Amino acid sequence: MSEPPAAPLTTADGVPLKVSLRRTVRRSKIKALLLVAPLLVFLFIAFLMPLFEMLWRSVDNPEVSTHLSRTVSALEGWNGESLPDEAVFAALAEDLREGQQERNLGLLSSRLNYEKSGMRSTISRTARRVGTLEPPYRESLIEVNDTWGELDTWKLIQREASPYTVSYYLAAMDRQLSPDGEIVKVPEYMQIHATLFWRTLWMSAVITGLTLVLGFPVAFLLANLPMRHSNLLMILVLLPFWTSLLVRTTTWIAILQSQGVLNDVMVALGVIADEARWQMIHNKMGTIIAMTHILLPFMILPLYSVMKTIPPSYMRAARSLGGKPFLSFRRVYFPLTIPGIAAGGILVFILSIGYYITPALVGGQSGRFITNYIAYHMQTSLNWGLAAAIASILLFVVIICYLVFNRLIGVDKVKLG
Amino acid sequence: MKTSINNRIFKTGVAALGVSALAVAVSAHAQQTLNIVSWGGAYSMSQHEAYDKPWMEKTGDEIVNIDRSGNALAGLRAQSQAGNVTWDLVDMLPADAMIACAEGLIEPLDHDELLADAPDGTPPSEDFVDGALGDCFVASIVYSNIVAFNSEMFPEDDQPSTIEDVFDLENYPGKRALLRKPINNMEWALIADGVDRDEVYAMLETEEGVQRAFAKLDTIKDEVIWWEEGAQPPQLLADQEVAFASAYNGRIFNAMVTEDQPFEIIWDAQVFELDGWVVPTGKLDKVKDYLHFATDTQRLADQAQYISYGPARKSSSELVSTHAETGIEMTPHMPTYGPNFATALQKDDLFWADYNDELTQRFNAWLSQ
Repeated sequence: MSEPPAAPLTTADGVPLKVSLRRTVRRSKIKALLLVAPLLVFLFIAFLMPLFEMLWRSVDNPEVSTHLSRTVSALEGWNGESLPDEAVFAALAEDLREGQQERNLGLLSSRLNYEKSGMRSTISRTARRVGTLEPPYRESLIEVNDTWGELDTWKLIQREASPYTVSYYLAAMDRQLSPDGEIVKVPEYMQIHATLFWRTLWMSAVITGLTLVLGFPVAFLLANLPMRHSNLLMILVLLPFWTSLLVRTTTWIAILQSQGVLNDVMVALGVIADEARWQMIHNKMGTIIAMTHILLPFMILPLYSVMKTIPPSYMRAARSLGGKPFLSFRRVYFPLTIPGIAAGGILVFILSIGYYITPALVGGQSGRFITNYIAYHMQTSLNWGLAAAIASILLFVVIICYLVFNRLIGVDKVKLG
Repeated sequence: MKTSINNRIFKTGVAALGVSALAVAVSAHAQQTLNIVSWGGAYSMSQHEAYDKPWMEKTGDEIVNIDRSGNALAGLRAQSQAGNVTWDLVDMLPADAMIACAEGLIEPLDHDELLADAPDGTPPSEDFVDGALGDCFVASIVYSNIVAFNSEMFPEDDQPSTIEDVFDLENYPGKRALLRKPINNMEWALIADGVDRDEVYAMLETEEGVQRAFAKLDTIKDEVIWWEEGAQPPQLLADQEVAFASAYNGRIFNAMVTEDQPFEIIWDAQVFELDGWVVPTGKLDKVKDYLHFATDTQRLADQAQYISYGPARKSSSELVSTHAETGIEMTPHMPTYGPNFATALQKDDLFWADYNDELTQRFNAWLSQ
């Protein structure tokens, strides 16, 4: 019968087989790792680090604690009910004097100006004159600028002394902290971001729906036509896909604008009057039409790859068992395409909530997305913290979409081509 | 024998090579490349003709123009954070310069030491117009935000002439193209609503003033096309897509003179401001000779041959001559020309430094209503 071996198996040079095998495996693992190392390093530098930096920036709040360090420590224990005492004002004068010498008060004044308009000039004007001020500083500072005599100014400084802040996230959701530290809505005439978030989401959903409605029959034809025809159709799908995004967007401008091709044709045919040309661009409609067209291939290709795997015999079987065409389609074919629909849907939806250039060009005023405000805060208002907060919220939305998708469909079911 | 001759030739050749290499090295050291950031278009062209060409001829320097002034502050911040400042000289607005200066992104300038005196010996601090010299800023031009109209769209005997007419849809119908920012529009709305020019900014600091300005803008909101690029207003006017358009006066001048467009400028309530140079931190030694040259009296006067922006030096005004291409007299087209200047309003940079963030957000929210 089977006797236990007297000694473990060894290789020719006497190393136990198990050890030798492990070594070989480890060596090939290291080799594999080295092969993918450039990609990992690239991903780390070009993807993970910026992502982390963005998340960090959305809560980072170093301005007050670094540039007003003396004031902040003097303010510790201040109860917020009456103006701080002379020591705090003296510390402020010292901080501003130093900041003026080192010329680094700019970021501080921008930071405080986000929370309270007017702080930028308050700080720059005070800093300019702080060299000539005499104690008692409480009186002389208030004389230079009476903003220093307001309780809210000091509450603001005390609040923003923390190295982290939620105020960028609050601003991104049209909220703010009141001087007493409560979260309140900003006045209605200032509300803009929440509207844009909702608009981005529902318009992306509409675009996803439209690509599905338009793309499904095309994908079906692609998967079921004889090779000769389906190849031609495939080229028709891929050709726009390979064309530059900007070219496709500006082409839509040429077609849809009020003096454009479509309006001209309709006027010539007498469908509409020359004075009543349709406004089809520089509004929501423009964004939806152009983006649906641009994102259509991202719906068609996953659908096609799924439909290609559905054997035609299933439908024939359903028909031979007595199913009417529509019933067989609904009960047999359609459920089998759901992984494709889900893959295309999630792809189009996530791409479209991050779209930026197309809404900027054809969206006019009403068809703009939240992404256009990220660009605005990056390039124009230079409020990078707010831009990071808005971008982070978008990132969370995408992650939630992904998790929901994974839960309902399963990422492993997705085929993209 | 033969070898020694060859040897000598060889040695001479090496020596000659060495000398010429040395010469190249010396001249390469003296010549440098300056990366200068400006606004692009007709404005960069005027700078190129008036400053860059004579400078390159004089010194052999190479000048690289970068059209990034629209986002200059963001660019300076990004470069300074990355620790790699590649811009040597930047053309920007005084409001941005104020912020950049406070952040230490640009060099403080000692104007009387760095800049050229006027030909009669007046020091720069007296020769430049009011507000032209900031802590870190030296202006080169005065330009103006105006509203222009297409004269073919109104009857000859009833052409608009005041800022009130721009807000008067009844007598002067048609679309208006305005800059998609609160700046200028808020001021014009208040002036058209009867507010005195001197009180405009004090008014805008109050909630009632802001509401009043928005209420006035509400009256024309449906007729407004909002523009974002400086090239758009002349185009919209030329296509008769709009009857009125707010614009930079130089762009309208160019369309009127070089393209013969039937445009007229409403100089009433022009909002004028300065534009000029700042030096990124650490670049002063490299660019100070160029800066000295490019801001002297003759250069600023020369620039006015190419674009209708007023020189920021008083001593340059007398030297302003005719347009380089068409030969027309430039003086009446300058924002600073007496009749044009009568009801001018100077843009208040301090006000906008404080309130731009808030009013822009409010303006955007108002637009999307």
